[in-house]
Amino acid sequence: MKKINAAERAIITLQLNGIERSGHAEPRMLLSDFLRHELGATGTHVGCEHGVCGACTICVDGIAARSCLTLAVQVDGRRVDTVEGLADRDGLLSDLQQSFKRHHALQCGFCTAGILMSCMDYLKRVPNPTEQQVREMLSGHLCRCTGYTNIVDAILDTARRRAGT
Amino acid sequence: MKPAKFDYVRADNVDDACTLLTEYGDDARILAGGQSLLPMLNMRLAQPRVLVDISQTAALNFIRVEDESLCIGASVTQASLEWRDHLATELPLVSQAFPHISHFPIRNRGTVCGSIAHADPSAELPLCLLALGGDIVLRSKSGARRVSADDFFLGTLRTAREADEFIEAVRYPLAKPNQRFAFEEFSMHHGDYAIVAVAAVADEAGLRIAVGGVADRPASQYWRSVSGNNIGTLLHDFSASLDAQEDQHATAQYRRHLVRALGKIAIAKVLR
Repeated sequence: MKKINAAERAIITLQLNGIERSGHAEPRMLLSDFLRHELGATGTHVGCEHGVCGACTICVDGIAARSCLTLAVQVDGRRVDTVEGLADRDGLLSDLQQSFKRHHALQCGFCTAGILMSCMDYLKRVPNPTEQQVREMLSGHLCRCTGYTNIVDAILDTARRRAGT
Repeated sequence: MKPAKFDYVRADNVDDACTLLTEYGDDARILAGGQSLLPMLNMRLAQPRVLVDISQTAALNFIRVEDESLCIGASVTQASLEWRDHLATELPLVSQAFPHISHFPIRNRGTVCGSIAHADPSAELPLCLLALGGDIVLRSKSGARRVSADDFFLGTLRTAREADEFIEAVRYPLAKPNQRFAFEEFSMHHGDYAIVAVAAVADEAGLRIAVGGVADRPASQYWRSVSGNNIGTLLHDFSASLDAQEDQHATAQYRRHLVRALGKIAIAKVLR
């Protein structure tokens, strides 16, 4: 049984995009704030802070999750992937990011990081989704610029290219 | 939008959780998936002194068939159930309801038992549990007890759980070969809480209808003989009997209308 007192700033160590990082967190610190304020990883955006908008979506041990509905103390010792880890070390965008660029699937970009992280997990589980499945998955992400059409196109195109068709 | 201060304890096993609940009672909250609790903490609608984290408690991470029910442990995520092989034959009603339950990343962390414990009157998993006549296993230091879904939901976010208890598992009765199931929902936006949701379960003997989102808890009704001739009257009387609530999304009258409209669609599917 591990206990962290309310005022205690515990040391949290995680694998952030494959690199070991540590920072301090009280039990009440949200993972979204830990990533941004403690680790300086500001690619993860914070919108509504109650799970509705999807902007803060990241992957914990490969599973897409809201970082605003996860406590930093819950991910101690675990793997966390954020949008900063998608491109390779030379800055070459991933196939999904390139597809978003090609299809003009972002305008202001605020929602984009969260959508990309949801897709990373979703396309592993459903490699050839239908348009309806993609739209259902996107229901968890609010985008106020694009009207979603180009986002749907970008995701379906990525799935098609990965399948080699 | 930041939680008030609380102590955090990770429970290694069921005894840890029971001990902490005995000590803190109402001042403690169980953290399983946190997908209902964290929003309440962030908005400071809940300000517990202690969070007892059972999300990584291995002894509560099980799905097993037991007494012709699917018994689902407290740390099992909704996604684990959703992606289970053969769910569509084991629990067709729950399988039909899943696309309506919030969103993909929320289901990845949200737990089945957590949705039951939270007892939002619009939530789909409590509605399915009531429609199927399932039950809830409550655990405390003094042992375990079972409560039927009928007796468990007392009102908005209120249940029969005592302060020193937590939900150890919920049991959804498995589908029988002669049963047919339908689930219909209307919401403002895909994945939102239902304005009204309707579940129907039928066999040769009769039909059970259950509705969520209408009153302060899910409600159900059993009819022995239902046919194309009397559906309208039965649904009319059922919708009139409900203590329909009014809020910014819909009037009580509109909620009753949705019970009749969605009820008709769901019943037509199971009578086929």
